[in-house]
Formats: sequence, C-alpha cells, structure tokens
Amino acid sequence: MRGALAILAKDLRIEWRTRESLASVFVLGVLLLIVLAVAHDPTPEAAPALVPAVMWVSFVFTGIVGIQRGFLLERENDCLAGLLSAPLDPADIYAGKLAANVVLLAVTQAVVVPLAGIFLHADLWPVLPGLLVVLLLGNVGFAALATLFGALAARTRARETLMPVLLLPLLVPLLIGAVQATQAVLAGGLGAAREAVAVLVAFDVIFAVAGWLLFAYVVRD
Amino acid sequence: MGGDPVRAEGLVRAFAGTPVLAGVDLVVRAGEAVVLLGPNGAGKTTLLRMLALLLRPGVGRLALFGVDAGAAPPALRRRIGYVGHESLCYPDLTAGENLSFYARLFGVPGAAARIAELIAWAGLEAHARRPVRAYSRGMVQRLALARALLHGPDLLLLDEPFTGLDAEAVAALQQQLGALRAAGHAMVLTTHDLERAAPVATRLAILHRGRIAWARDGAAEPTAVAAAYRAVVSGRA
Repeated sequence: MRGALAILAKDLRIEWRTRESLASVFVLGVLLLIVLAVAHDPTPEAAPALVPAVMWVSFVFTGIVGIQRGFLLERENDCLAGLLSAPLDPADIYAGKLAANVVLLAVTQAVVVPLAGIFLHADLWPVLPGLLVVLLLGNVGFAALATLFGALAARTRARETLMPVLLLPLLVPLLIGAVQATQAVLAGGLGAAREAVAVLVAFDVIFAVAGWLLFAYVVRD
Repeated sequence: MGGDPVRAEGLVRAFAGTPVLAGVDLVVRAGEAVVLLGPNGAGKTTLLRMLALLLRPGVGRLALFGVDAGAAPPALRRRIGYVGHESLCYPDLTAGENLSFYARLFGVPGAAARIAELIAWAGLEAHARRPVRAYSRGMVQRLALARALLHGPDLLLLDEPFTGLDAEAVAALQQQLGALRAAGHAMVLTTHDLERAAPVATRLAILHRGRIAWARDGAAEPTAVAAAYRAVVSGRA
C-alpha cells in the first residue's frame, strides 16, 4: 500500500506541474459536449434525455487520452523499470496507477458534468448525490480496465491505436450500465437505478480484481 | 537470505528468435566487482537486466543471495541497485523529488538525510530545484547513480556507469565503488571503457555472442586485456 500511495502522489504531482493530461482532456471533453449538443440541436424539453449518452461518450474519449498519457510517463527514461526494480508487488503499481487515473477522471467529470447540464438544459442539482454514485462507479470501472490495457499498450509500438481497439469492446457492458443508471437517476433518483448500479458494481469488482491479478503478467517480461 | 549475490548457470535468452544470451555462467561473491566487456550486441545489457530481475531467463538457473530468481520475493529487490542505459528518473520532477519517491518505494529509513547526502555526492545541490528535464547528460547520469545507491544495495548492477561523466565525477564514482567493494558489496559493471572500470574491478570478463568467452581474476594489464578482447572478437580465442 505504501508503494501505491507513493505512485499516486507522484503521478498527481507530475500532472499538477505539467497539466498535460488535464489540458488535453478538458479541451477534448468540452469540444465533444459542444459538438454533440449542437449536432442534436434538441428542444429544451427533449435535451435532458441526451445527458447520459453525451456525458459518457465524452468521458470515454477523454479518459482514453488521459490514461494513455499516464503510462507514457512511465515509458520516458524507462521509469517503468524503476518501478519494477523496487521491492513492490506489481499489484501495488496497478493500485497506484488506478488511483491516479480515478482522480484524473473525477476532475474531468467535475468539469464535464456541469457543462453537460448547462448545454442540455438539465437541472442536475436535485439528483446530484445519486449521480455522483453512478459517476464514481463508472469512473472506477473504466479506470480499472483502462489502467490494465494502458500498461499493455504502452509496451507496444502501436499503443495509440491498440488501447482503444482492446478497450472499447470490453467497455460495452460498463457503458450500457452507466448510461442506463444515469438515465434512471435523472428520472427517479438512485433508487430507480438499482439494477444498472448492480451491473456497474459487478463490472468494477470483476475488472479491479482482474487488473490486480493480471498486472504482473502485463508489465513484467 | 544468504548465498552468493549472483549465481547464474546456463542463462539463455532470445528476442524474436534471435539468441542474445547463449549460456552464461557467472558467480559473483560478496566484495567482488566484475567488469563485463564486450562488443555491441554481445548481451551485456540483457544479462544485467536479468540480474536486476527485469527480464526472465529463457533457460538456465539464476539465484540471487541464494534465492531462486523465478520465485524472488519483492523484498529481494531491496538488495539490488540498478543503473540502466536510461536514468529511470521522471523528467518533470526534480532530483530531490525523484530520490524522495524512490526512497518511499524502497522504504529508506532517514530518507531526508540520505537524499541530501546523495545530492551532495552527485554535485547536484545547485540544481536541486530544477526538473530533471533541464539537466545535462552527465547530471542525469550522476542522479541515476545516486538513485541506485539510495537504499544501500548489497548488489550493484551498473550498465555503462561512466557514460557522460566528467573526470571529477568519474573519480568520485571510482572512489564510491571502491569503498562499497571494500565494505563487502558486490557489483557487476558493463563498459566499453576499460581504463575507467579497471581500477574497481576484481575480475574482468569478456562477453561475446551471448557467452562469457574470457575471464581473468585480479588486476590485469590493459594491453593484455585489449589483446584478449581482440582475439575473442575476431574468433581466435
């Protein structure tokens, strides 16, 4: 756990200093929101129905960009070898990178969600607690899978294309669950989203445990 | 965990079907400094990464401090210090932040004092607040050496450690390695620079085509080593 916390603190410090991921993720996220809102050009009454799809499409694309950047940090100067030469269980490296990715995605969500509400005329304030639960569960599931595949893709030459190709098909159950849960929360609060939330919880547990167990095989020779 | 720092038997490794190590046997005891010479592509870096537990042997047996490398617990890595071709340091962090991060990973007691000591040893006090990205090649190499020494490893694995260093830094490194060797630490260095590595060596070996083709204990005349090197590389030995 000591190693995971050190990796989390290091990644956040680098991100705070360079703001490379955050800058590109914010710009991409806002751009996607605007394009999707303008393309649909919904009436004020119909617009809130688009919120779940628009939000999660924005998260997926911005998340992929952010998480890829997180592993490029470890490639530069062969820093991954530095982590692997330390007395750490590779699962601790996974936990540290996962936590850093969850924080990065949460910061992105903190910007994208209010903007989605504004662009799509949706009053998110009354359902905010339930929405936060769904966002967090979706965030953890996305980060659990993307951290594993980010590490895998970072070792290959075709990493920019490989990660989305591997990741997106496996994200389908999470995205369906996240969109359905968000729809249900917007319509009737968290209680109405029980089934979809259960899908998200199951996805999070399965892929966090899989990442924890498989990470050593992905990063070690 | 007792036993010799390094005991390797018949290490074999290939990349994409191309053999790089073809049966390396190597024993390094406490207090020994083995200098590995060899032409480019001889397998020196692959061997060092294997000893650092960053690569697994395809075939062969490797034990570090009496522990089978295939089943090495994470704690075994605390006894190893590795300097590779790259610095293993984050370019957007300062020297102090990099060392502090690795001190946390390695659980170094009294980390602040140890980091200050190593930054002074590496001559980086004046640059301690600058990110590593702004360092010269020699400064980065000194930081990489400081990083490897941070946790006081019993086995040092140094891949071309003199690269980019000025005369003063070379002398400081030779002195440090000599002191560590005298204190019983083991080390394996790869280099093309025999003149700089010879003063710290207790054994010289030439790696060629994935095997140790020549080895000599104790001090050896540079001219004799150069002759052996030419003979090995040309296939006459």
